[in-house]
Amino acid sequence: MHRHFDRDIEEVKDLLLRMGAMVEDSISRSIRAMLERDSDLANDVIAHDSVIDQMEVLIDEKTIELIAKMQPAASDLRFVATVMKTTPELERIADLAQDVCERVIELNREPMLKPIMQLPRLAEDAQMMVRQALDAFVRGDAQLARRVIAHDDVVDQLTEDSFRTLLTYMLEDPRNIASAIRLTFVNKYFERMADGATNICEMVVYLVEGKIIKHAGHE
Amino acid sequence: MTTMEIEVRDAPPQAARAAAQAKIAVRDFDFYYGAFKALHAITLDVPAQRVTAFIGPSGCGKSTFLRSINRMNDIIPEARAAGSITIDGRDVYGSGTDPVELRRRVGMVFQKSNPFPKSIFENVAYGLRIGGLRNKRQLEATVERSLKRAALWDEVKDRLHGSALALSGGQQQRLCIARALAVDPEILLMDEPASALDPIATSKIEELIYELKDNYTIVIVTHNMQQAARVSDRTAFFMLGKLVEYGDTREIFMNPREKMTEDYVTGRFG
Repeated sequence: MHRHFDRDIEEVKDLLLRMGAMVEDSISRSIRAMLERDSDLANDVIAHDSVIDQMEVLIDEKTIELIAKMQPAASDLRFVATVMKTTPELERIADLAQDVCERVIELNREPMLKPIMQLPRLAEDAQMMVRQALDAFVRGDAQLARRVIAHDDVVDQLTEDSFRTLLTYMLEDPRNIASAIRLTFVNKYFERMADGATNICEMVVYLVEGKIIKHAGHE
Repeated sequence: MTTMEIEVRDAPPQAARAAAQAKIAVRDFDFYYGAFKALHAITLDVPAQRVTAFIGPSGCGKSTFLRSINRMNDIIPEARAAGSITIDGRDVYGSGTDPVELRRRVGMVFQKSNPFPKSIFENVAYGLRIGGLRNKRQLEATVERSLKRAALWDEVKDRLHGSALALSGGQQQRLCIARALAVDPEILLMDEPASALDPIATSKIEELIYELKDNYTIVIVTHNMQQAARVSDRTAFFMLGKLVEYGDTREIFMNPREKMTEDYVTGRFG
């Protein structure tokens, strides 16, 4: 039977995907700004963040309205709960992309440090995890969600390796410290994006299976 | 984990243990209206001092099943039951069971409030008088206690001898609950007790159900799924005379096991 509610669900899903696409775009442009030392691009990303914030508010309003009007149950209820917990994660991820861009602008005022091999890989992995988390949500794919969650360990290791490299640079030459500290922050921002993707994936497992796997350790 | 396993092995089998805690135990219960089989092999346990909700589309058998618990279906010609329903281990359909005594222990509240065309006091005292109670002071005390339990006392204490028919719909329904409580039942069966009431009267009935479960075992049939979700501890979903799923209310409404239950509670049905 066709339900009025299905249209509302599709609408919210669509909004969340649009927000997700914007967030992915922010991440990818923040990576480019970092690799190409492009301060203009970094400024664009920072300016765009308010649009993502507005999307969050819009989705919040829609989901609260859904609860008030439809009193969802079972999979509908889990869908609404998932959206309500996913939207702030996406918003935080976008904020992190903005933070990356702020550090990039600061880094561009200083001489370039030697390349940190792990950082681009870490950034791309974080971006991939966010994209796959959204794919898992749209397709209701708990297996993909679990794979993304498992990949968080790889990202944690890359973060650690990258941090050690930065530490070496600082020990080699104290003049590197300012930039190296900024890059340590950037390092952490990407790691936090991957954490955000992991949180979204935990909600996808809840959406599909009704199981809360958060804080249960990796399965 | 080893201790757990030992405990499980030492414990009585699952079914026997569940039956021990059950107020009402139903096993392979069938019900027929003539040739039509309205209920198919229903097996479930209703726990004591809990609210159990029966939900399902019209004609699914939930009301028939509710009325089977205190043999209200006995009066229907050609109605026939098979299988067993026991209350505290005593067979409801056994030859030794007196339906009148059974219905005193298992009270019932209907969709449409049905007060007698008598005073408020006499409505509540009716069952007590039938039961042979003559002592005026005892009658008054029980009427007062019953009206208080039904959360109606404060609204009617100054007009106990006024007509019950002058009460509002919600008050009449609570009067019927008071009348059922007066004879001190153990189980209260409620057949859509709030479906004819406005939201305020409905919420009063729901609050009442919540309070009554400390002392009574309550079984409620409702078409209002949010009501089932709000008031009940356990929910049974019926469909075409069969019990599709029975479990904790939170599971039924958050993560049902059966696709059919999912479709029903999300309104995808049909």
